[in-house]
Amino acid sequence: MSFLEMRNVSKSYGEGATEVHALHNVNLSVDRGALVAVMGPSGSGKSTLLTIAGSLEEPTSGEVVIDGASLEGMSRNGKARLRRRTIGYVFQDFNLLAGLTAAENVSLPLELDGVGGRKASAQAMAALDELGLVDRATHFPDELSGGERQRVAIARAVVGERHLVLADEPSGALDSANGEAVMRMILAACKRGLAAVVVTHDAQLASWADRVVFLRDGRVVDQTAPPPSPESILEHSARP
Amino acid sequence: MSVRHALLGLLSEGPKYGHQLRQEFEARTGDVWPLNVGQVYTTLQRLERDDLVESDEAADDGPQKVFRITPEGERELAEWLHTPPDLTSPPRDELVIKVLVALRLPGVDVQDVLQVHRRYLVELMQQWTRLKEDEGEFDLALALVVDAELFRLDSVIRWLDAAGGRLKRAAADPQTSSPTTPLLRRRLVVRR
Repeated sequence: MSFLEMRNVSKSYGEGATEVHALHNVNLSVDRGALVAVMGPSGSGKSTLLTIAGSLEEPTSGEVVIDGASLEGMSRNGKARLRRRTIGYVFQDFNLLAGLTAAENVSLPLELDGVGGRKASAQAMAALDELGLVDRATHFPDELSGGERQRVAIARAVVGERHLVLADEPSGALDSANGEAVMRMILAACKRGLAAVVVTHDAQLASWADRVVFLRDGRVVDQTAPPPSPESILEHSARP
Repeated sequence: MSVRHALLGLLSEGPKYGHQLRQEFEARTGDVWPLNVGQVYTTLQRLERDDLVESDEAADDGPQKVFRITPEGERELAEWLHTPPDLTSPPRDELVIKVLVALRLPGVDVQDVLQVHRRYLVELMQQWTRLKEDEGEFDLALALVVDAELFRLDSVIRWLDAAGGRLKRAAADPQTSSPTTPLLRRRLVVRR
């Protein structure tokens, strides 16, 4: 069963002559354990899709269902709880709090959700450990490299019992090696059963996904077929 | 891919048997370029004819024949390594031609044409990435070969994206450009 489901989601801003349609009847379904990439040029509606999937914005029409629960009619508190407990966000510019250490940044969403300080710290350290960042736990964001900051942001997104990771251009300003590291981490989280949506204009990032959905002018216009086994490409690449 | 120079490279490490060269060639290219035995021996014969490698005169043609690189072969190899491949003249890219043709045909949505190619290229990239995901961390040669393919395919997708953006802007403001400029037409004629 899918963990995230968007059904006929449309979003428009403004009214009358100035009305802008950001999304048109978008359908998207992401299973547990699946990594889906959404590709499209800037202005195609990628970020809007992600903020609606993450309950940060409401659709003009259509429905979003997360873990079997429709967001329609859910109270503000209910949505806030869902965001704290279930959804992890990764942004292009990391969005770490400068006054907190790496470990504190990661444990913050747990503490906001009422998890005790000691338990939250232990879970944060476990998440940092998984991403090879234990020795950076007491560093502040400005003492970390760009790649390390983004890994801390990923640790924050997957810490605790989160089941859905939503990432917006997660390797934005990183070089290709760090971009690859970011995608390997998100993929590893998916292998543990999380569902993930990565929006990007970068085909190299998107190619880590199980499925790539193409967005143009707010509409889903196409998607990739399930990939064949990796060996098949070797059979086609015999060149003299 | 120059099999000829790859074999010279392997022989610069020391004398080797033909079948050994084939195995090492495949291993060094991350098993991405399979090579048949016939290809190896044909290439070795040509290298020998050109005095770039030599073999034991006495031994029969067969698996026991040992090949070694000559000083001339070493020179040839060094020169090849430091000579950039010819990338100066634009290739006659079939994809570019398809898009240019689509642009002229009434009733064809060029954005749809771009998307068909974009999806195919992304699917290819997914397959290469999967290969890197599975084995690339342990096999340096394979990771390098896969990266080269990914960057190449990525550059084609970037061109499709840029073309899509350019067409969208041109559609919004039809005066900006006619579909084919004289310069482009001249180049295509030159390349024919």
